[in-house]
Amino acid sequence: MSSTSLIVRAATRVLTGLLLVFSIYMLLRGHNEPGGGFIGGLIGATGFILYAIAHGCRATRQALRVEPQMIAAVGLGVALLAGVIPLLIGDQLFHGLWAFWRYEGGYVPFSTILVFDVGVYLVVLGSVLTIVLALEEEV
Amino acid sequence: MAGSSHDAPALGGPIGIVSILIPAALFAWLCTQIGAVTQGPVLWTMDWVPSLGVEIGFLLDGLSLTFALLITGIGTLITLYSSSYLGYQAHYPRFVAYLLAFMVGMLGLVLSDNLLALFVFWEVTTISSYLLIGYLADDPKSRRNALQALLVTGTGGLAFLAGIILIAAAAGTFNISELPDLTQSLLYPGIFVLVVLGAFTKSAQVPFHFWLPNAMAAPTPVSAYLHSATMVKGGVYLLARMNPSMGGTDAWFWTLTVFGGVTAVFASVVALKQTDIKQVLAWTTLMALGTLVLFIGVGTPYAIEGMVVFLVVHAFYKAALFMVAGLIDHGTGTREVDRLRGLAGKMPFTFAAALLAGASMAGLPPLFGFIGKEFLYKGALESPGTLWVAGCAFAASALMFAAAGIVAFRPFTGPRSVPAETAHDGDAAMLAGPLLLAALGLGFGLFPDVTEPLLGAMAGAVLGEPVALDLYLYGGVNTALILSGATFAVGLVLYLLHGSIRRGLQTFGEGADPAWDRLMDGVAAGAKGLANFVQGGRLRVYVFVTFSTLAVMLAATLIRAGTLPDLFELEELRIKHWAVLIFIVAGAGLVAVTNSRMTAVASLGVVGVGVALVFIIFGAPDVAITQLLVEVLQVVLVAVAMLKLPHMKPENVKTVRGKDMILSLSIGAMVTLVALHVMATPLDLRITEYFEANSVPQAFGRNIVNVILVDFRALDTFGEIAVVLIAALGAYGLLRGTRYRGGSPR
Amino acid sequence: MEPLVAIMVGALTAGAVYLMLARNVLRFLFGLILISNAANLLIFASGRLTPESPPLVPYGADVPPPGVANALPQALVLTAIVIGFGLFAFALVLVYRGYQNLGTLDSDEMRIAEPKE
Repeated sequence: MSSTSLIVRAATRVLTGLLLVFSIYMLLRGHNEPGGGFIGGLIGATGFILYAIAHGCRATRQALRVEPQMIAAVGLGVALLAGVIPLLIGDQLFHGLWAFWRYEGGYVPFSTILVFDVGVYLVVLGSVLTIVLALEEEV
Repeated sequence: MAGSSHDAPALGGPIGIVSILIPAALFAWLCTQIGAVTQGPVLWTMDWVPSLGVEIGFLLDGLSLTFALLITGIGTLITLYSSSYLGYQAHYPRFVAYLLAFMVGMLGLVLSDNLLALFVFWEVTTISSYLLIGYLADDPKSRRNALQALLVTGTGGLAFLAGIILIAAAAGTFNISELPDLTQSLLYPGIFVLVVLGAFTKSAQVPFHFWLPNAMAAPTPVSAYLHSATMVKGGVYLLARMNPSMGGTDAWFWTLTVFGGVTAVFASVVALKQTDIKQVLAWTTLMALGTLVLFIGVGTPYAIEGMVVFLVVHAFYKAALFMVAGLIDHGTGTREVDRLRGLAGKMPFTFAAALLAGASMAGLPPLFGFIGKEFLYKGALESPGTLWVAGCAFAASALMFAAAGIVAFRPFTGPRSVPAETAHDGDAAMLAGPLLLAALGLGFGLFPDVTEPLLGAMAGAVLGEPVALDLYLYGGVNTALILSGATFAVGLVLYLLHGSIRRGLQTFGEGADPAWDRLMDGVAAGAKGLANFVQGGRLRVYVFVTFSTLAVMLAATLIRAGTLPDLFELEELRIKHWAVLIFIVAGAGLVAVTNSRMTAVASLGVVGVGVALVFIIFGAPDVAITQLLVEVLQVVLVAVAMLKLPHMKPENVKTVRGKDMILSLSIGAMVTLVALHVMATPLDLRITEYFEANSVPQAFGRNIVNVILVDFRALDTFGEIAVVLIAALGAYGLLRGTRYRGGSPR
Repeated sequence: MEPLVAIMVGALTAGAVYLMLARNVLRFLFGLILISNAANLLIFASGRLTPESPPLVPYGADVPPPGVANALPQALVLTAIVIGFGLFAFALVLVYRGYQNLGTLDSDEMRIAEPKE
């Protein structure tokens, strides 16, 4: 899988990293600005696909470390967990729970909503990569 | 059927013994109920579907008890007979299972108080009858005849079910014991037609008669049981049961008397044409069924009394004679009347049973059949339309006299024929039934008083009022007795001339069977044509039909919606709006007509970007980003797949498909108009306003779209990401899991 | 702008129908993409078109300024796009696998489940 040029391969290493960081940024800011789990997951998948085009599928799978369908399945589990936690403490299914860690001058929010969005991110990332990698390896 | 029975286990082995004991025990128990039932109906109920108010009830009155006694009593004799007749066969256990299933169905039919339960049991008898007629499944004729019986009676059953639903609508109950008088109901015409249709198909009235003679393909015990004594009387039972709530109208009287009378006379004429003993018996069974329907239609007390007595009489002698036919078949290997003469010496016991049963059939004194015929004549003479009813009864009785001679007298007398030389009588198991039934015909004739309580209760149940039945052999010289004498005279003449009558009848056609076969062939060909038409296996055709339907529905919607309200301000349009429009329209047009894959993918990209631009212009950044990202991934996927897929060929030589083009353009135009209508319709924004008001205070999020996705409607989103995962796993499974290795298809 | 979006939806639908009526299943697939675009656009437009004001609440405010775009159809369309992609990917793989196993992209020749005429 070294038909692509050295420059491309070197560049994609940087690009993939940037895209991944950007995807997580989009995921985290999604609650207040345009972004979110769907968009973040798609951007992350694009980054890995770029990597796969440059370095081949085998290298991409190694970089992922786990099977993409596993990522997607775990993501679905995470999303479900976010929905079930409020149920366990007597609230409705998928009811958002919030906790704020306050410090002087501001606060950091934690919520089951963010957990859910992370689940969405993982499902989209894993699903897209599952199909693209499998199809590319087939051809 | 005339196989050897030498190696048969006694009484058919354990299976056969059980099959004999079950009806015998039921019969004995039912006998203990006679006393109670003659005092008045007995009713048990229990809840079946309490929420629907459906309860399963069993009604034991004179009518159902008489039927139940016939079913179990004759059932005992038939199973005994079968244990010898069929006991040696490998499929005997299957036969027993069918027969017992039928018995349960028939008992349920006559005992059910709930019409729905009655219908279920009705269908049980239909299906078990199908299995029993087709018992000799290696014979295509047997299978065909079984299917014919199933289709005719099954169709009638469906009509009956519809009738039951109408009855419940009119009466407010499914329970027979609670049925009011239905004749005044608005639904009466519908109920009448449907119920009569069910009864006429089951009891093989003209023009639905043809299945019954064909059902003689069944083994002889089945013919004796189902197609003379029990199942075919299901329709008669139904009419008798419904008589109190549905009878007494002109429609009831004329329909039943005309169809019953025609069936009786027509069938007894055709009976003389037959040369197979079983066929003669089958056609005379039709005659009996027609007579029963005729007299239920008359409906006067005398007529019903005559009907009741004749029903029992007929069950006795017809079951006996069918078993005799089986004995003759068994002993000689043939059932052709012309080849059978002089059997009396070789088969004395069979002869005795045949003679007694035949005399009862002919209506000779002092047998029970004579009393039955006398009461029928009395009923006919005092009924409205006397000439028709009495004429039919007289003609049928005279013809029956001749038929009785043909099956029960002629084969046993005269010079011994070739098959008779090697004939042998049956064993005790086979002889017990016909001898006992024939003897009962004589006993009840001599002492009719013993039957009066039960048969009186039965006539009372049919009439809906108590009846004091008084049966007697000799009631002085009256019109009925004179008619009987005339019957014997005419019957004797017919018997003596039956050879030439048969030759005369042979010139007539084959009856309904060829028409039936043509009908069945037509149905099969029609079904095949329909399947080929609607499921031709061409995706294009399916899609074309789907979109044509859509076009019709769109057109209808537009016509109903009327003219378009002029709400849109076009002044605000700017260059960028027109540019997006041109992007999308050009892209869609190009992808539709191009033969180059790369052009198609590029055009799709243009379309996708154009749609994303619409999202950006109208304040949907999240959607626009998603659209663009998906666009990129689609191109990647298509590009990867293209490496292994062939180039697209121009379609159908011509580049442009005219018909498809017209359909797609018209759908596109109509969708545009519908879209305009949609955007002109006032919009209910309450949900959006709720989200806008609560997004920050309740969900601590300033991006309302994302808050909707992950908080307000998180459960929906969860379902959606699950779908995405399933699609991915499906695609993965297709790529990795399966590879078609079957070579070329087919 | 509404009339223009309506024309876009119509043009996309017309192209999609024409493609889906083709024998080549790859064309059918392109039609699938077009028709999901048309549907998304129609849902989006049925929530009214409000130029250049995304449904975002300004920092520090409790409610969005009046006249922002309708958020509900946007949320619907966003998931519809992703699901549409899943459908497309699955259909593409199906076409691809179908071609490998049957050796054709012509839907008229894909007759394993149907008797030969």
